[in-house]
Amino acid sequence: MTRVERLRKRTSSGLALGIALVAIGFGYSAVAPSSSAQDDGLSVEAMAGQEIYENGCITCHGRNLEGVEDQGPPLIGVGEASVYFQVSTGRMPLKQQEAQAQRKTPVYDDAEVNQLMAFIETYGGGPELPTEEDLRDGELAEGGELFRLNCASCHNFAGRGGALSSGKNAPALDQSSDLDIYTAMLSGPQNMPVFGDNQLTPENKRAIINYVQTLKDTSDPGGLSIGRAGPVPEGLIIWIVGIAGCVIACFWVGTRS
Amino acid sequence: MTISTAPKPATRAGRTASALDERLTISAPLRRTLNKVFPDHWSFLLGEIALYSFIILLLTGTYLTFFFDSSMQEIIYDGSYTPLRGIEMSRAYATTLDISFDVRGGLLIRQIHHWAALLFIASIVVHLMRTFFTGAFRKPREANWLVGVGLLVLGLLEGVFGYSLTDDLLSGTGLRIINAIFLSIPVIGSWLSFAIFGGEFPGTVIIGRFYILHVLLIPGILLALIAVHLLLVVKNKHTQYPGPGRTEENVVGKRMFPVFAAKSTGFFLVVFGILAALGGLVQINPIWLYGPYDPSQVSAGSQPDWYIGFLDGSTRLFPAWDLYLFGYNIPPLFWPTIVLPGLLFTLLALYPFIEAKLTKDRAHHNLLQRPRDVPVRTAIGAMALSFYTVLWISGGNDLIADKFNISLNAMTWIGRIGLVVLPPIAYWVAYRMCLGLQIGDREVLEHGVETGIIRRLPHGEFIEIHQPLGKVDAHGHGSLQYGGAPVPKKMNHIGGMGRAIKGFFTPIEEPPARPAISAEPEKQGELTGSGRPKDPEA
Repeated sequence: MTRVERLRKRTSSGLALGIALVAIGFGYSAVAPSSSAQDDGLSVEAMAGQEIYENGCITCHGRNLEGVEDQGPPLIGVGEASVYFQVSTGRMPLKQQEAQAQRKTPVYDDAEVNQLMAFIETYGGGPELPTEEDLRDGELAEGGELFRLNCASCHNFAGRGGALSSGKNAPALDQSSDLDIYTAMLSGPQNMPVFGDNQLTPENKRAIINYVQTLKDTSDPGGLSIGRAGPVPEGLIIWIVGIAGCVIACFWVGTRS
Repeated sequence: MTISTAPKPATRAGRTASALDERLTISAPLRRTLNKVFPDHWSFLLGEIALYSFIILLLTGTYLTFFFDSSMQEIIYDGSYTPLRGIEMSRAYATTLDISFDVRGGLLIRQIHHWAALLFIASIVVHLMRTFFTGAFRKPREANWLVGVGLLVLGLLEGVFGYSLTDDLLSGTGLRIINAIFLSIPVIGSWLSFAIFGGEFPGTVIIGRFYILHVLLIPGILLALIAVHLLLVVKNKHTQYPGPGRTEENVVGKRMFPVFAAKSTGFFLVVFGILAALGGLVQINPIWLYGPYDPSQVSAGSQPDWYIGFLDGSTRLFPAWDLYLFGYNIPPLFWPTIVLPGLLFTLLALYPFIEAKLTKDRAHHNLLQRPRDVPVRTAIGAMALSFYTVLWISGGNDLIADKFNISLNAMTWIGRIGLVVLPPIAYWVAYRMCLGLQIGDREVLEHGVETGIIRRLPHGEFIEIHQPLGKVDAHGHGSLQYGGAPVPKKMNHIGGMGRAIKGFFTPIEEPPARPAISAEPEKQGELTGSGRPKDPEA
């Protein structure tokens, strides 16, 4: 073999190796997601969302939304419904590590929530916000039946909330907007189960929202609602108003002569 | 022989009365009744709250029966309450909705009925506490104590049957628990449950059965027992607090007519007014929010009415201990819902006999005791109340956990530990308080009432001057005996500060002229250690 031949053979095999390596590299990058590849594809909105994420969320949810043990769950594939519910109700960012995130004044405004939603969506989509305009477009009585079947066991018969184990609770629905309730059902935040569209159809969900919001707007025909929380406040009233009033009357009648 | 005859009545009313008496001979018993003397003390009116609530319950309940149908037949609701239109429900629930929304005055009467039920039991409990802490149950009144305990237990059952009738989600959940309690009874449980519910829960007969118990059987027994309760008060005479002129042999107070009758009528109207105000202003048992009963549904915070709350609490606190005896399973529910109330009410009923046995006190008692003078009984009462209160609060522990941001698990453990730790503490605190109050009374009898006048003795010591209540011995000590009656503790209790001016908000009389305070310093002899002037002869 001449030197030329040897040289040619060497270069051709080196070239083939190089081509193969590049091909594998391209192939890999086409199949597997990598951060560098995504950075390039981000929309302006998602990039703004990423900035918010890296300031406000990254400590507990990790660099790549993979979550941090004992601090925050992974957010890959949670979908924009979940982001909307958690951030727009002020639950996220979390004030402190506690039993459960509580509703508070939101840290981010609507535009920022949209940016965060866009960013989280780029990590694999999940449940999306409903497209319907009117989220109360459902049958009222059917909504009540579905509410009692699916929701009342934790949120109480009138949506006044209730205690769960170890300091967790099902919140009262007083402040919840239509979209809050819808996205909560879709994403199942904290201890709440997910009510996907195959369990409660969008029409079912709208009926439930209709029932919850109608109940909130309905005045109480019997007088003061005393919390719509059942017999416990009623017992309180009979002792601190009824018995106290009667005993004062006893004293008044009994000490007069 | 001459027969003395009463003068012929002159007036028309007199002639009518005379004609009635000739036929019915009621004048003598009527006179005895009208002249009956009731001792005057406000705490003797507590039982009347229960009596008046019961009258209001009978009246409002009768109105409700005009419109209520206890059938469990399923129908489609087509009434005024839109959020339930088109929903399948029992006739019992639908007619209760109709009472609430479509019957004139129905909701008001329903709410007064329910508030009156809560007040009925609450006032029985308050009346029971008065009877207990003053020793009014002692011989010869043990029988009436038993009747009272019977009234309380029947009142609880009456309430349970009442709130189970509406067949809403909450009452159905209650029925489910009642069924579970029956099932927990060893050996006979499942037979009992099937017999009561007419088959598998919920069946189709239970509301009809509870209805007849609620409107006929139990009210009938309650009415009879109330009559016995009152007749026994007449027979045994009323107890009274010790005081001037009051002995074991007499009753000092006001006659039935007119004073006591007027007061009682007024008081009935006050109780009715409070219940009507509650019924009109505060919503109770909003069954339309609960929805119809469906065994597949349950609401968070499902509680019984307050008087059953202590059993809900005991169920929440009792650990889940499954026992097997002779091959039979004894479910954990059996202990807190059957054994515990059985023990509690048995102890309550037998208390007069237990106390008589332990104190060997077999005497007749018509004079009441002040709670401080019987520290052991008072302390036992405080212990029982703290035990009951922990159970009662635990019955709503999920609501407390939710509203006050306490972990529900913590609430359960607070209840469990509190149930064991608090009663002994309550016993000790109440016992020490009684002794302290006794010492306070004896101190006044010995040294007199504190006048609030501080005097400085020549050697610089400051003392407070005491006003003795009676004659004192050489050392300035009083010789009065304690008589079981309240001892004056302030100068105005013994008239030292003048009489209070009449008038509720503003005075309706001129205050009496006060003697001018002289500028001359008062002549004062040497003072004893207790602040009294020394007797010059001593």
